[in-house]
Amino acid sequence: MRVGIVVFPGINRERDMAIALERAAGHAPRMIWHRETDLAGLDLVVIPGGFSFGDYLRCGAMAAQSPVMTAVRAHATRGGYVLGVCNGFQILTEAGMLPGALLRNAGLRFLSRDCHLRVERADTVFTRHYQQGEVFRAPMAHGDGNYFADEATLDRLEGEGLVAFRYATPAGELTPEANPNGSARAIAGLYSPNLRVLGLMPHPENLVDPLLGGEDGKPLFASLAEAFAA
Amino acid sequence: MKVTVTVMLKDGVLDPQGKAIGHALAGLGFAGIGEVRAGKVIELDLAETDPTRARAAAETMARKLLANTVIERFDIAVGGA
Repeated sequence: MRVGIVVFPGINRERDMAIALERAAGHAPRMIWHRETDLAGLDLVVIPGGFSFGDYLRCGAMAAQSPVMTAVRAHATRGGYVLGVCNGFQILTEAGMLPGALLRNAGLRFLSRDCHLRVERADTVFTRHYQQGEVFRAPMAHGDGNYFADEATLDRLEGEGLVAFRYATPAGELTPEANPNGSARAIAGLYSPNLRVLGLMPHPENLVDPLLGGEDGKPLFASLAEAFAA
Repeated sequence: MKVTVTVMLKDGVLDPQGKAIGHALAGLGFAGIGEVRAGKVIELDLAETDPTRARAAAETMARKLLANTVIERFDIAVGGA
């Protein structure tokens, strides 16, 4: 698996992501500074979490305009895979690579806690080690994770099966309490139409070791490692 | 020339910050407060001296970066020295 992790100033989850990927793949990913533009040979480009450019203007707005994002867009257009987590998801929406936007959490508070994610489909490169409908635990840590899109876009996303994960109870039910940031239709993660770009707010990379309280996030990285084991 | 870009969340997009400000004002005893919306004001000092071109430039900047038109709308005011 040839993976690159994009690093912007203010990103702080890149090493957690690198550990999760290295454990799954057996070798360390390449770190890519935001001024680099050569992504040749990579299977997967990961945009990790953090606070790129201090969240100035809007979360992800500055990073979306940086040189590396032109290359990430070209990588996706070529059929390359992209994973954006937390700030990475915000950057993908700001860059127009995924629809909608992430608004301030409905309760206004920064939420640093665990949530439960329901796997909406288990037939993608990212989720084949989960079962459809399975619920897994993932830490969340964001102030702006309230997914918003207009009704027509939401209907299209659901109709085309592009919702990747929803906030749910441990039993898989969708309730307002289980959707702590108020996201539209409890959407926690989304795919591009070709299922090769995934953005999600919570952090599966932070739950890949029993020492940290669980391994719920491991199947995502195992899925990727298996898909790109060449 | 000075150009001011005001960015607001679109109508229909929940503005929890505006709501919190409204609650706080009510808590301070201000009566009769309806909806409160919070936004951003961005002042640009442009080398351009033609108001029409300055407005057009600011509009391009707003669409490309200053506002996210999925959730926000913007107004442009041209003026000042």
